[in-house]
Amino acid sequence: MLETSNTESTLIEREQKLAADLKSRFDDVLEITIKPKRIKIKVKLEKLLDTANYINNNLGFDHSTSVSGVDYPNSKEFEVVYHLSTYGREDIRDIVIALSTRISRDEPKTQSLISIWPSVEYSERETFEMFGIIFVGHPKLEKLLLPEDWNDIPPLRKDFKPPGR
Amino acid sequence: MSKLSLSVGPQHPGSGHMRIILTLSGDYIIEAIPDPGYVHRGEEKLAEYRTYIQNIPHLERPVLLDATGAIFPYILAVEDLMNIIVPERAQFIRVIMAELNRIISHLYYMAIYGIFMGHSTMFMWPVGDREVFIDLANNIAGQRVSYAFLVPGGVRNDMPEIVKERAEKACNYFEKHLIEYERIFMNNPLFEKRTKGVGILSKQDAIRLGVVGPTLRASGVKSDVRKDDTYSVYDQLDFEIPVSNACDSWSRAWIHMEEMRQSMSIIRQCLKRIPAGPVKLNLKQIKVPPGESFSRVEAARGTLSYYLISDGGKVPYRVRIMTPSFRNLITIPNIMKGVMLADMPPTYWGIDYWPVEADR
Repeated sequence: MLETSNTESTLIEREQKLAADLKSRFDDVLEITIKPKRIKIKVKLEKLLDTANYINNNLGFDHSTSVSGVDYPNSKEFEVVYHLSTYGREDIRDIVIALSTRISRDEPKTQSLISIWPSVEYSERETFEMFGIIFVGHPKLEKLLLPEDWNDIPPLRKDFKPPGR
Repeated sequence: MSKLSLSVGPQHPGSGHMRIILTLSGDYIIEAIPDPGYVHRGEEKLAEYRTYIQNIPHLERPVLLDATGAIFPYILAVEDLMNIIVPERAQFIRVIMAELNRIISHLYYMAIYGIFMGHSTMFMWPVGDREVFIDLANNIAGQRVSYAFLVPGGVRNDMPEIVKERAEKACNYFEKHLIEYERIFMNNPLFEKRTKGVGILSKQDAIRLGVVGPTLRASGVKSDVRKDDTYSVYDQLDFEIPVSNACDSWSRAWIHMEEMRQSMSIIRQCLKRIPAGPVKLNLKQIKVPPGESFSRVEAARGTLSYYLISDGGKVPYRVRIMTPSFRNLITIPNIMKGVMLADMPPTYWGIDYWPVEADR
């Protein structure tokens, strides 16, 4: 039992180190939460690009596993979450950083991170069509999965009710 | 030479509906743009209207061949939020099912590869051998393809003792037959000619584009979630990650062949080490506290991840599914460049792209 608790504490140590590093670099981080092997960092919209650059260049997180939109109609916001992971650094391959930011629901616009992580191409496009979030700088922000003649509101928004519900 | 634009699909040549828009110069592809979405079902939206248990069967649907791999991360995420630890026997049964599904999915891959090559024996053999493992999965989970077998807190039912004997017999048989696969298919000059050096995806590109699964490992990156971000009882098991530096279609097929061998080894180890005990926690109701969880597993086609947000209610607040096929979609423009039109189908199938899984 002692052994497992030891390895667990060292695991948490690596995450804490990464989180502390991020915190010291960006003092206006809104929120950092740590779980074993998972770090979530919430930043202001205008800091998104800087933080993303730092996570890519200095921490070595070389690809994004997914881009997710989350609708919060009560606070009139969307949250955009980038889950980031690495192949290059073998020591932290198990860690996933979730980089998130909140944007206004009335003017859903954020910077595309495709110049930093080309792997976000299709995930960002999907988030665009499912939430109507505009990723500025994305080269091909078009419909991907939805029918070409879709003329309702973006379907993953909470105020879109599927027929029969 | 003048260019020709050609739309391939969406009526499928053997794998579900999707379209690739090609630009050709003579016989050679100079540009390929994938156009998915023909089998989109809105799984993420559906999941917001069903309880955590009701979600299990329909979330398996997009990945029928690998139903355990598809539902595994969802179950892990729910358990992470509920903060429960699953009995060890259930963990082993889950791994056995996951590996059986890997073999079933990989055999289907080999079979359709045969079709795309016009090699009918290579279609018949894997489809026949698949039955052996489908029967085995049927013995454990009580269904042939879509099991809804994994539940939060364990697995739905215990497996019968007879599985040990049958699995041993199945593995012994299949190990011998795999050598035949190599002789008639992998080392077939026709197959080699159309896949070796075709559909190149360099290591740098594979990393840059965040590619997953056998496609990633065929491009020289030794990464597998079972080792890198280990879950369940994989850390107690001894297995290899096959990796190749050839970066082409042939090596992708080879990785699948080797992974089936490793999966059989894992199943054998699990059956040897599986302890007695309960297979399910006695949860009266599934009450998921507010919070969020990100979980991922190595499904047959690669990393499959779930991002689950709960607001404490009966249904999930948000379920984000990221499947390996959707992530590997990004490779299509790269691997198709410079390939002859006639070799387009095997190159496409090489990355084990499954439209239904990609569209969700």
